[in-house]
Amino acid sequence: MKLFDFWGGVHPAGHKHLSADQPIRIMPPPARLQIPLQQHTGLPALPVVKVGESVCKGQLLARGQGAVSASVHAPTSGTISAIGDFTAPHVSGLPLPTITLDSDGEDRWLDREPLPDPFALVPEQIAVHIAEAGIVGMGGANFPAALKLNKARQAKVHTLAVNGAECEPYMTCDDRLMRERAAGIVDGVRLMLYALQAPQAVIAIEDNKPDAIISMTAACHGDPQIRVVVVPSRYPAGSAKQLIQLLTGLETPAGGRGTDTGVLVHNVGTAYAVHRALRQAHPLISRIVTISGGAVAEPQNLEAPIGALVEDLLGFCGGVNGEIAKLLMGGPMMGQPLPSRQTPMVKGTNGVLALTAAEAQLTTPSPCIRCGRCVDACPMGLMPLEMSKRARHDDLDGALAFGLIDCISCGSCAYACPSHIPLVQYFEYARGALEAQERAEQKSKETRRLLEQRQARLARAEQAKVEAAAKRLAEKQRAKAAKAGVGVAA
Amino acid sequence: MNLHLPSAPHTHAPDSVPRIMGLVLLAVAPTALYGLILFGWPALNLLLVTVLACLICEAACLSIAGRPVKPSLWDGSALLTGVLLAVSLPPWAPWWIGVLGGFFAIVISKQVFGGIGQNLFNPAMLARVALLVSFPVEMTTWIHPHPLFSSAAPGLLDSLAITFSGISDVDGVSGATILGHVRTQLGMNQTLGQILPEHYQSGIAALGWTGGSIGETAEWLALGGGVWLLWRRVITWQIPVAMIATVAVLAGGFHLLNPDRFADPGLHLLSGGLMLGAFFFATDPVTSPTTPIGQLVFGAGCGALVYIIRTWGGYPEGVAFAIVLMNAATPLIDHYIRPRIYGRTWGGQSRPVKRPPAGSGEAP
Ligand code: SF4
Ligand code: SF4
Repeated sequence: MKLFDFWGGVHPAGHKHLSADQPIRIMPPPARLQIPLQQHTGLPALPVVKVGESVCKGQLLARGQGAVSASVHAPTSGTISAIGDFTAPHVSGLPLPTITLDSDGEDRWLDREPLPDPFALVPEQIAVHIAEAGIVGMGGANFPAALKLNKARQAKVHTLAVNGAECEPYMTCDDRLMRERAAGIVDGVRLMLYALQAPQAVIAIEDNKPDAIISMTAACHGDPQIRVVVVPSRYPAGSAKQLIQLLTGLETPAGGRGTDTGVLVHNVGTAYAVHRALRQAHPLISRIVTISGGAVAEPQNLEAPIGALVEDLLGFCGGVNGEIAKLLMGGPMMGQPLPSRQTPMVKGTNGVLALTAAEAQLTTPSPCIRCGRCVDACPMGLMPLEMSKRARHDDLDGALAFGLIDCISCGSCAYACPSHIPLVQYFEYARGALEAQERAEQKSKETRRLLEQRQARLARAEQAKVEAAAKRLAEKQRAKAAKAGVGVAA
Repeated sequence: MNLHLPSAPHTHAPDSVPRIMGLVLLAVAPTALYGLILFGWPALNLLLVTVLACLICEAACLSIAGRPVKPSLWDGSALLTGVLLAVSLPPWAPWWIGVLGGFFAIVISKQVFGGIGQNLFNPAMLARVALLVSFPVEMTTWIHPHPLFSSAAPGLLDSLAITFSGISDVDGVSGATILGHVRTQLGMNQTLGQILPEHYQSGIAALGWTGGSIGETAEWLALGGGVWLLWRRVITWQIPVAMIATVAVLAGGFHLLNPDRFADPGLHLLSGGLMLGAFFFATDPVTSPTTPIGQLVFGAGCGALVYIIRTWGGYPEGVAFAIVLMNAATPLIDHYIRPRIYGRTWGGQSRPVKRPPAGSGEAP
């Protein structure tokens, strides 16, 4: 298959060997799980259990509400001990509504009835099952998978691109999954193709994962619809926009959807979750997560229950060696720094990194020397130096004019900057300021609307009063005139 | 902003400003060394004086501005400016040329603008232009090669005298550069066929055995250093390639039209410090455009101006003027030439996909 190229990009050191060669280990559920109700784009799920209720593994805990949402299931059996706010895996560290589940240690499944033959269903039905299993994009996008499939079917995509690029340094969860559970992934791909009614799938894998390439190629051998495509290792090849460009040479239009190019991108982890949901009636209650970094005693990949705390994950990997300079959820290019180890992993968590000071490369920024390395590195064709200059001076319109909304926050620019300027931080700051501005505008619009409504109401009342007075006057006059008329007549 | 939880990325390319400056210094080292050997101790004196002046000016400005002196002084930029300025000076120029040059470069062209990253003009080039305009005699005294340890070379003491109290027998040791000579003779209505054979033995000149500024004569070494910088990805190819190619094309075209009046491209490429300018001065990140297309335009502009100034302008050499002029155009280039944003047209509108008909099966 002919490959195209995406723009820019960088070659960060991989550090994948730390965890790439250990098999996936299954982590038993810890004594307590903290399961956030919003692990996806959209509205939080609504709890359907009460405090004190005992639940089985796989039982529905909270149902997705509204058009964009995802259900949440119990990762193990036990008792609901609280429903309240808990630290969320987000940089703000602000709490989110969370269900606390105390494990009973039995890990007892709900009675499950796997479908006899999913391919006997109509395609829409597959999506319904995917939605019921609470599956979201597992590459970090967190968008509800069923919704994405339905929209893509309506848009008549011709290709399902299965993303196994895994371009983030340190991350090896997709690599291990592809090496160990290739057949499951390929089955999931077939199911998704069926749900999409699309003719073909390509599985894109970076060339730094030879074993995954071999096992995936073997697993889809003989299937004319599915093939493995080896893509060069360059960050951010695994970003949906860049992967589409790499595979088709097409660009997702600004403000449009990836499916406008005829391609739908889904992560290999999502394909595997689909396989489990439809073949084993196994909702999304666990995932493969890379626990790595120089400060982790035994870096490896775990299959861990959703809601397990970072503390537990690190503990299961032999604990921490020395001091953690930075604790991240996700890879070093786009991951979130974690405020605390008491943060739960969620459906979109591909890794937890505990970096030493040497790895974290804490540096002090120096002035921009206009070297243009950020421009060369940007896969979106932006001028990060100009954008950051404007963001820093609170010139939001200027930052927008230089493409702030097109920035995918991939971090390539800041990675490449020799002056170590935290470019992405400025962009995030500007975006935050813009959102605040919009909210304020929305609010003042709303106030204005209410005010206008009130004024209109008052005006109507006034009008009514005036009209009533006029009516009364007219009636009086009529009565007078009638009287006078009577008088004249008399 | 929360400094303890900085946003991604949390890893970094093994690159920094001091590293870039260091690599450029390494790349220019062979050229500078060759110049020092070719012109002897006075050239070394001048180099030391110039570099020292730059460092002192930088430190003084930083401390007057109340900014931390050490980190900025150690980023190597003032050191590099000093070396680059020195290699663009006539080798036996008096000490005050180096001091004034350092002052022009660091104080007037850099710190007044706000320090590193803020300057509009390349400090060394602007200083050279200012010196050339103010002190035309000192700045055009081109010494014949006096290689170190040869019989013609001045000794240590003589060298100090040359640098600090002047050359005693100027006419005896100096002459015009090739480009200068060509210009003078053309002015006397001679043809190139008559001028060049006596002065220009291309083989030797190309190897750098000729008069000129410290780093001007060894064009091959400058080219080598430049290619090494490209290979180490310190600079990108757009500016030097566009600049050299433009000079070559213009020189080639005019030479074909009238070989008696217009020198051949070989002469243009291998003299007047074109390589040094193209790889070391025009590529100064601060004063050149940041986008690849902008850099092509900038390089081509430099090349065209070099040729125009050399051929029709008031000075036989045009590299410094050309670069300074294009420096002034850089903000304009960066304003008008921006990359196309992914998913947008050049005008910034959303770019519709030309999608193959659905169901064609073999789409990608
Ligand atoms: S990479 Fe850094 S120093 Fe270079 S132009 Fe961009 S922001 Fe400036
Ligand atoms: S973070 Fe934004 S500006 Fe920086 S390289 Fe990525 S897309 Fe470009």
